[in-house]
Amino acid sequence: MLLSSLIFVPLIGMLIVMMLPKDKHGLIRWTALSVSFIPMLTSFWLTWDYFFHHSGTAAMAYVEGPFNWIPSLNIQYYLGVDGISVPMLFLTGLLSTLSLLVSFGIKDRVKEYFAFFLLLETGMMGVFVALDFFLFYVFWEVMLVPMYFLIGVWGGPRKEYAAIKFFLYTLFGSIFMLVAILIVYFTSEPHSLNMIALLDHGPTMSHNLQLICFVFFFIAFAIKVPVWPFHTWLPDAHVEAPTAVSVILAGVLLKMGTYAMLRISWPMFPSALREFSFWIAVLGVIGIIYGALVSMAQKDLKKLVAYSSVSHMGFCMLALAAYSSVTAMSGVMFQMVSHGLITGALFVLVGVLYDRAHTREIAVFGGLGSKLPVYTGIMVMFSMAALGLPGMSGFVSEFMIFVGSFSALNKVLVSISVLGVVLGAAYMLRMVQNVFLGEFNVARWGGLTDINLREIISVAPLAILTLAIGIYPKPLSDLMSATLQHLVNLMAR
Amino acid sequence: MEFQLPEYNLWLMCPEFFLTIWALVVLTYDLTTKRKSGSMVGYLAMAGPILTLAVAAILYAAGLYGYGRGFGEMFFNDPMALFFKVIFLGTAFMAIGSSFGIIRQKIINHRGEFFALMLLSTVGMMFLASSNELISLYIGLELTTIPLFVLAAFFKDDKLSVEAGMKYFVVGAFSSALLLYGISFLYGMSGTTDLLQMKITLAIAQLTFQKNFLVVLIGMVLVTAGIGFKLTLPPFHQWAPDVYEGSPTPVAAFLSVGSKAAGLVAFAKIFVNGLQGYYDPSTAPVDWGQLVGLLAVIAMIIGNTVAIRQSNIKRMLAYSSIAQAGYIMIGMVCLNEHGLAAVGYYMFAYMFANMGAFAAVAIFEDQTGSCQIDSYRGLVKTSPALSYSMAVFMLSLAGIPPLAGFMAKYKVFAAAIAMTTTDPTYNWLYWLVGVGLLTSVFSLFYYTNIIKQMFFSREDSPYKIVCGGPGMTVLMVGLIGVLLFGIFPEPVLNFATSISAAFGFVAN
Repeated sequence: MLLSSLIFVPLIGMLIVMMLPKDKHGLIRWTALSVSFIPMLTSFWLTWDYFFHHSGTAAMAYVEGPFNWIPSLNIQYYLGVDGISVPMLFLTGLLSTLSLLVSFGIKDRVKEYFAFFLLLETGMMGVFVALDFFLFYVFWEVMLVPMYFLIGVWGGPRKEYAAIKFFLYTLFGSIFMLVAILIVYFTSEPHSLNMIALLDHGPTMSHNLQLICFVFFFIAFAIKVPVWPFHTWLPDAHVEAPTAVSVILAGVLLKMGTYAMLRISWPMFPSALREFSFWIAVLGVIGIIYGALVSMAQKDLKKLVAYSSVSHMGFCMLALAAYSSVTAMSGVMFQMVSHGLITGALFVLVGVLYDRAHTREIAVFGGLGSKLPVYTGIMVMFSMAALGLPGMSGFVSEFMIFVGSFSALNKVLVSISVLGVVLGAAYMLRMVQNVFLGEFNVARWGGLTDINLREIISVAPLAILTLAIGIYPKPLSDLMSATLQHLVNLMAR
Repeated sequence: MEFQLPEYNLWLMCPEFFLTIWALVVLTYDLTTKRKSGSMVGYLAMAGPILTLAVAAILYAAGLYGYGRGFGEMFFNDPMALFFKVIFLGTAFMAIGSSFGIIRQKIINHRGEFFALMLLSTVGMMFLASSNELISLYIGLELTTIPLFVLAAFFKDDKLSVEAGMKYFVVGAFSSALLLYGISFLYGMSGTTDLLQMKITLAIAQLTFQKNFLVVLIGMVLVTAGIGFKLTLPPFHQWAPDVYEGSPTPVAAFLSVGSKAAGLVAFAKIFVNGLQGYYDPSTAPVDWGQLVGLLAVIAMIIGNTVAIRQSNIKRMLAYSSIAQAGYIMIGMVCLNEHGLAAVGYYMFAYMFANMGAFAAVAIFEDQTGSCQIDSYRGLVKTSPALSYSMAVFMLSLAGIPPLAGFMAKYKVFAAAIAMTTTDPTYNWLYWLVGVGLLTSVFSLFYYTNIIKQMFFSREDSPYKIVCGGPGMTVLMVGLIGVLLFGIFPEPVLNFATSISAAFGFVAN
């Protein structure tokens, strides 16, 4: 019931919001926010309980089902979580609530906005708890529709283009996943869509089919991550999306790609993984360097953060290629969590500035540090976290990734990827310098107000967690170590 | 020899008789009220399909209706017949429900005829579904199309509508001729019009190496062409956009679902049943599997690419229906337990989404006079119910889960992949799946274009659309169907699977 409630409470919330009167904006906002507290607290409790009672083994916990849903096609309602989905659920629950809080600034078509947002949360939760391929695919797709509307209706000037590009790109990836799922289903005996049972079926398939399925799954997931060269939808979607949607996009949606790789294609097709791992690492390194270089050239603050996501997710791909190392896999998970926290916060903060200044161009600002001291403090802190300052979660994850992948991967590749950290420092510091230091334009920016309490509340949990993981990463690492060890064993088959 | 009367078993035909009588009642009612029947005749017609279903249900409960044969061997109630009869009745119900706008404004003097013809065409479809023999199949097809010629040209003062009627008539007559010609070849080769007998005779001829291949080939091509027109399979699709655009919107809807489903039944009966031995290149030197597969590929490519460029929503839906025909044909060429089940389920899901979409178009057209896609701009702010329903129908047609359209596509592709994984000689089906999936990404572009117009515009629409009772009913039926059968498809899938089983394809 616990995991089902994560999925269905937001859905019920959506229906409630839809029934509220259209112009009672305050009521709609608070209803949506309070509904989202339920899955958030559930996910917190889940994390707590999982940590103390289930983190010792890799077995699925809180399993629901499998119940027959569509028996004629062997489709089941089957939910469960392990050490890699629990942190993602935590992140989803937290970021959804914070994003709803951030969304209080939305003035136009409020009811539809909050209804779509809750539907989005349903989809995200579903992806992380589904253990049946069909169910997983349904949630993976269900999420696209509210996202399409959220970008297309409440987005920036090129919203229509960005929305359809996002939708088409992801659907293009999904169709490959659908074919791969069908191939896996029909080659298994008895036919099954159970993701856990099929982990043993994957290596018994013919080698060519394994390669095909691996590549098909990879395309679907790589578009979501996004791995270079499938990343072009990301900057458009991020720049046009409203702030809260950017937060969800960066914080949760991108993680679905890497989560699905760890959950499905990596352990299911280990021999294909061995053949492709070098090229996956190459794609990861290209992503790291390319994302960082493009970030350096950005004039728009939000685009800078968007491209930095490409770079940061490149680290995940690099470490994913080092499939034999538990450290590298922990690095992937740490990077996913910490990127969600840090980039989520950065998007909130960029949104805060944009709401006041109505521009995001880096060059027009300068010296904001003297006028907006609190905002500057928080922003600088998250910039430091993003560039991997020790003591913050970004450092822990990058360190783990380098340590883990250096022994397992081509050393030249890993050495090149370390350059990404330097470039990361370059674009982040240049941004801080141009926006917060230097000459303050009193005539233009004299009227700016500092960050308000609602906005502080929406980034404070992220700041606390970033620091907490940075200083004491052991709980998070203990939470998932058994699962990761199990996955690495599967990948080593 | 004493002549024996065949067993008539007329109870099996009771729903058809009932609907025929009801059509006449509708017609008479309009006449007795001296053409002042107003919407009442519409409600009366709308009750027709429902009452027909009720009659069938009551007879079934009484043990008089169900699977069986009547009229000698001419009338055959198998699972496919019953399944598609439900689709035909549903289509008629939804088409009539979306015609209330035009009977109020445009068809003042011939309301009775309009609805009676629609119901009579449905009767034709129902007979077609139950035919198991080439002559009765042909007659059923004609009974279906002849009322539709008249319906397409029903706005007799409107040039486009007359053109549509004329075009449909010429194409329809031509395709019937082709079909009949093809049937004569098949009859010549097998010496029977009974499909089951034909299957056996042709299989024997093939196994004994009688050199009938060329004649059978000609027959197959002609029949494919003849039915291809009904199914709007390229290269026989050119009439569809013009006819859909010109004819009254509910008629276009009826054509796109009802007439297509009728064509599918005819196709399944002749090819999957009668010509089953001529499917596979490894057993027969001429085969229809790859021929139809090729047509399906062309249908998906042409339908989905040309639809992107359309500015008139009815033309867009016409091309979309061409593409959907392509997807359905993938199910048709999969001779396994999923194939015909996929065809049936796809048609069922397609009925709700497409009839719903056409109903929304009809309601919009009645109140604004426009079918241009641009005129939907900003509609969500003034008419949210219509806009959200339309959005759901579009997403279902595009195949987004958890809507019924996705389940249908899943079933179709599952059928094809099942075929290839059991026997590698069918690897060409991978091409069908590949093209189908890729073009379904294209299709998302034009389906979401409607959503974009309605939702993403910052300004409000100048129109405020009020859905009347019947129009709203159709939209709700469509919505409930798309959602309910998308999330809980099991009962319908089971029924659909019995279609495959009746054709001899069972899971091993």
